[in-house]
Amino acid sequence: MAGIPHDHYEPKSNGEKWLYSRLPIVGLLYDTLMLPTPRNLNWMWIWGIVLVFTLVLQIITGIVLVMHYVPHVDMAFASVEHIMRDVNGGHMIRYFHQNGASLFFVAVYAHIFRSLYYGSYKAPREVTWIIGMLMYLLMMGTAFMGYVLPWGQMSFHGTAVITGLFGAIPFIGEGVQTWLLGASAVGQPALNRFFSLHYLMPFILLGLTIVHIWAFHTTGNNNPTGVEVRRTSKEDAAKDTLPFWPYFVIKDLFALAIILAVFVAIVGFMPNYLGHPDNYIPANALATPAHIVPEWYFLPFYAILRAFTADVWVVQIVQFLSFGIIDAKFFGVLAMFGAIAVMALAPWLDTSSVRSGKYRPMFKWWFWLLVVDFFVLMWVGARPAESPYDMISLVASTYWFAYFLVILPVLGVIEKPLTPPATIEEDYNAHYAPQSDSAPVVNPAE
Amino acid sequence: MSQVEEHQGTRRDFLYYATAGAGVVVTGAAVWPLVNQMNPSADVLALASIRVDISAVDPGTQLTVLWQGKPVFIRARTEEEIAEANAVDLASLPDGLSQNANLDPTADASDANRALSEDGVWLVQMGICTHLGCVPLGQAGDFNGWFCPCHGSHYDTAGRIRRGPAPRNLDIPVASFVDETTIQLG
Repeated sequence: MAGIPHDHYEPKSNGEKWLYSRLPIVGLLYDTLMLPTPRNLNWMWIWGIVLVFTLVLQIITGIVLVMHYVPHVDMAFASVEHIMRDVNGGHMIRYFHQNGASLFFVAVYAHIFRSLYYGSYKAPREVTWIIGMLMYLLMMGTAFMGYVLPWGQMSFHGTAVITGLFGAIPFIGEGVQTWLLGASAVGQPALNRFFSLHYLMPFILLGLTIVHIWAFHTTGNNNPTGVEVRRTSKEDAAKDTLPFWPYFVIKDLFALAIILAVFVAIVGFMPNYLGHPDNYIPANALATPAHIVPEWYFLPFYAILRAFTADVWVVQIVQFLSFGIIDAKFFGVLAMFGAIAVMALAPWLDTSSVRSGKYRPMFKWWFWLLVVDFFVLMWVGARPAESPYDMISLVASTYWFAYFLVILPVLGVIEKPLTPPATIEEDYNAHYAPQSDSAPVVNPAE
Repeated sequence: MSQVEEHQGTRRDFLYYATAGAGVVVTGAAVWPLVNQMNPSADVLALASIRVDISAVDPGTQLTVLWQGKPVFIRARTEEEIAEANAVDLASLPDGLSQNANLDPTADASDANRALSEDGVWLVQMGICTHLGCVPLGQAGDFNGWFCPCHGSHYDTAGRIRRGPAPRNLDIPVASFVDETTIQLG
């Protein structure tokens, strides 16, 4: 693997040599684990481990739950209650799985905003970023389909609303919706196929995780300064880095332990806090819950979906220019997917020559406004679609697009960035002064 | 002229394109069944039409039946409700079309075009709000018709949208009288 110069695995014993000449798997694992990692990584670089852990947690608890779950419209709800009441320890396994989805999204949002602040998406890490965005989309699809499986009221009517989004596509929408549902309405075919796909998609995520890691192991990690690790020689690289094992593994596991303490407290003491009571009512096609609200992690994009109503002038102009093909409903769907698409295009929209937001005085303000905007969208997504919430969601949605399409390109031109440190070593020493003046920096990697 | 040039663009190229073309066709033929299996199956399509006994539905009451997995409202309207629906100025309606699958798509939303029977008593419509697909409540809202609790759409006694975010009147499915007390849906 190309990348930062460092010592590679050398098979020593005869047994190692025998295996190495046939399958160099130990070397691959060694080089992955001993990867030179910028020594100045801060606490925002822990979310990757949390995400990997959560994916494995969801796969393991999920496989166990499937041993008791029945994907049939008449039995799905009862089988989940069977898990909750009769299966040995089933309630805890299900609560872990259910809240694991929330942990997953907490971690992924922290991970994404970390990358947006420190410019991790910028060259040469665009491929890592794009794969990450694909994984985020897959995660949302997986979470949505998983929410359908208990076949409660929210499962059922939420499915009707979300598949209805595809029905908004001009001309082919109804056909696409029928194809997705396998019928003209939500029913057995939809439940069955969502179950199948909900089981499949985490494994695709696992595969993409490996590609994601492969990509940033090739380019090297970004770090809070955004300055690249020196690759001029092994010695220079060693001054900027520490091996992933044990330094970063131990740090990440410590962070994971703290996060899991909070997570287990939520699972143990308030497992339904993030859910909706309506989903403990069996699905009934004849009555809709008074308030259809998606899970919290979908709310920002749900708010964008609802923000563009027929009385917004942008919607009216687009409708006029497209000869009525793009109506308000379809515009909302395009806006929701567009909100993620503009984020995926960030590497090409950001024109600044400085990578890390730490050295961009104007960027910082706009970035934190985007974080606030995200929480405003999340809050307004759970409110009813009426005044003044409609206006708030419209303003907040507009800022989301403006940040990526206007602010990022323009800032690179008008902003005067500060000068980042020349090397990671310099930044590190500024925080952790060398122990004595005479001795050079203690370097455990050597 | 050398032999190599003579053979360029002949048999080898033909084989290359033929193999690639066959590969594309075979891949497509293999993928299509995998896509098509997700379309509605034969037993789902077999339930495309049902017959409903309406002998027990008295004026002023509503029967809700599931048809193709969706609720259908079958209402026997009272004289007052019919009169109220007829009194509406059609020009004031947000959606001026009947949305009646039994009629020409350009038919206007007059009460006669909405009702199933000549006397205007029977009104058969999908119980699905045209906004985001919730099920509206009967005999509710500001127009004595239906009211959708999800986002506040008000429908009148002929199921026409009057106020709220819904873009269209409640859809009227293909329906007909088989005999005096039986309606066929689909």
